[in-house]
Amino acid sequence: MDSTWAALYIFLLAAFTGYEVISRVPVILHTPLMSGSNFIHGIVVVGAMVVLGHAETPLEQAIGFFGVVLGAANAAGGYAVTERMLEMFERKPKGGQ
Amino acid sequence: MENFVQLIYFVTAFLFILGLKRMSSPNTARSGVVWAGVAMVAATLVTFLVPGLHNQGLMILAVIIGTVVAWIAAKRVQMTDMPQMVAIYNGMGGGAAGAIAAVELLRGEFGEAQGLKLLAILGALIGSVSFTGSLIAFAKLQGLMSSRPIQFPAQKLVNAAVGVGALLLALLVLFTQSGPLILVFFLLALGFGVLMTLPIGGGDMPVVISLYNAFTGLAVGFEGFAIGNAALIVAGTVVGAAGTLLTLLMAKAMNRSLWSVLMGGFGVEQDSGEVKGSLKPIDLEDAAVMLAYASRVIFVPGYGMAVAQAQHKLRELADVLESKGIEVKFAIHPVAGRMPGHMNVLLAEAGVAYEKLYDLEDINPEFPQADVAVVIGANDVVNPAARRKGSPLYGMPILEVDKAKNAIVIKRGQGKGFAGVENELFYADNTRMLYGDAQQVLGHLVQSLKKL
Repeated sequence: MDSTWAALYIFLLAAFTGYEVISRVPVILHTPLMSGSNFIHGIVVVGAMVVLGHAETPLEQAIGFFGVVLGAANAAGGYAVTERMLEMFERKPKGGQ
Repeated sequence: MENFVQLIYFVTAFLFILGLKRMSSPNTARSGVVWAGVAMVAATLVTFLVPGLHNQGLMILAVIIGTVVAWIAAKRVQMTDMPQMVAIYNGMGGGAAGAIAAVELLRGEFGEAQGLKLLAILGALIGSVSFTGSLIAFAKLQGLMSSRPIQFPAQKLVNAAVGVGALLLALLVLFTQSGPLILVFFLLALGFGVLMTLPIGGGDMPVVISLYNAFTGLAVGFEGFAIGNAALIVAGTVVGAAGTLLTLLMAKAMNRSLWSVLMGGFGVEQDSGEVKGSLKPIDLEDAAVMLAYASRVIFVPGYGMAVAQAQHKLRELADVLESKGIEVKFAIHPVAGRMPGHMNVLLAEAGVAYEKLYDLEDINPEFPQADVAVVIGANDVVNPAARRKGSPLYGMPILEVDKAKNAIVIKRGQGKGFAGVENELFYADNTRMLYGDAQQVLGHLVQSLKKL
């Protein structure tokens, strides 16, 4: 029960963190930010790897394998897309929009 | 070893939050994603050290396949196609969350821990919807299927039935341990994602993709609880919350409520009222002369420019005009293109300086002084009908091109915009239509202007 409650507090704090981090962003960053957060939930690959590591029957292995492929694609593709978008902001001569 | 793994996960969570924070400001955005990227690689590598895992060979193979395919695809794709790439990678994340839940449920991992099992099932539901929903969004934006809203009789009823069915099956799965039931549950959840996305038109896709992004985040967070992985809990929840906020901000920027977006059918059959006047075409030479004798020109790029890959030609045209001493500005509507910021990114790629890009509030007062406003493949965002009550567009902020002394509209054909509303601007007395592919038209204009 203790660890469940601890997990719930983590959930609460993480949700607030996400909200605070994103509030007041300029419109031009909406798309890159969506892409960036898309990359970050690519961490799901780690969970899929652990599950595949525990899989026993061929069916479990197949689903786990599928999950890891999808998760890795989420992470790698999400990173590449985000980086390409943000490259566009690099050549800017000065700050602001 | 267990502690070392947890330490790396902890650092990963920290770097993710920091990276996201840095991504929310233009000056630090690039470094933000790099930091998060380093964290991702570290977390993936350290997972091989988690005690008690087998199938390492399969793990390595799966990681390599997913990474290589997605990386190459993401590097090759055109900048204009970025929105649908976000959609498909996001969907894959949702699918991965669903796969985690599927294995855990099949194995009966939860025993008496009903709370964890509930979270796993919820994550599976949300992740599956995000998976198939994002695939449909991808197909619509990629042109693999019509981007118009797809409707059929009793659609809302069917959707509701499938949605409720998925929820019922979720309950059954919670209280039983049965392979077939789990299978039916996943099929219904996946089906609901498809059904939910079909009636939503291409114009609303950015909001929907952003919503599915939040969904995937939440699903990843829930699966993190289910398998007891703090990195997933933190990263997933942060993205879930951030994504929800981002979705609401986007919907607001497009002046649409999230509810009306999800109900779909926007721009199917709407009464747009009578439009007076006629479409008045102009040929290339006349358009070039009109531009050459202007002293202030404002360009209004839209999705048509992006589709035609015309941003480079547009920059050339702007350069030619400036070399003749003409003042050139670019008016960027907040939702021009398919995503907020889409036009800024494309024009920046083509080498247009940021100072020449103006937001809606800054440029609107300047239209009355502009000699020529050139609309390139934009439609709904310049439709004066948005000012009139009763129009489906009513209330949307528009670029006031109709107030410019003259307007030239470069357009492929006579079709309507995504909202399906006739554009009154095109019929106005001081508007001339220049039909053709934006890239070719702009190229010809550059040639003609150089000769003048």
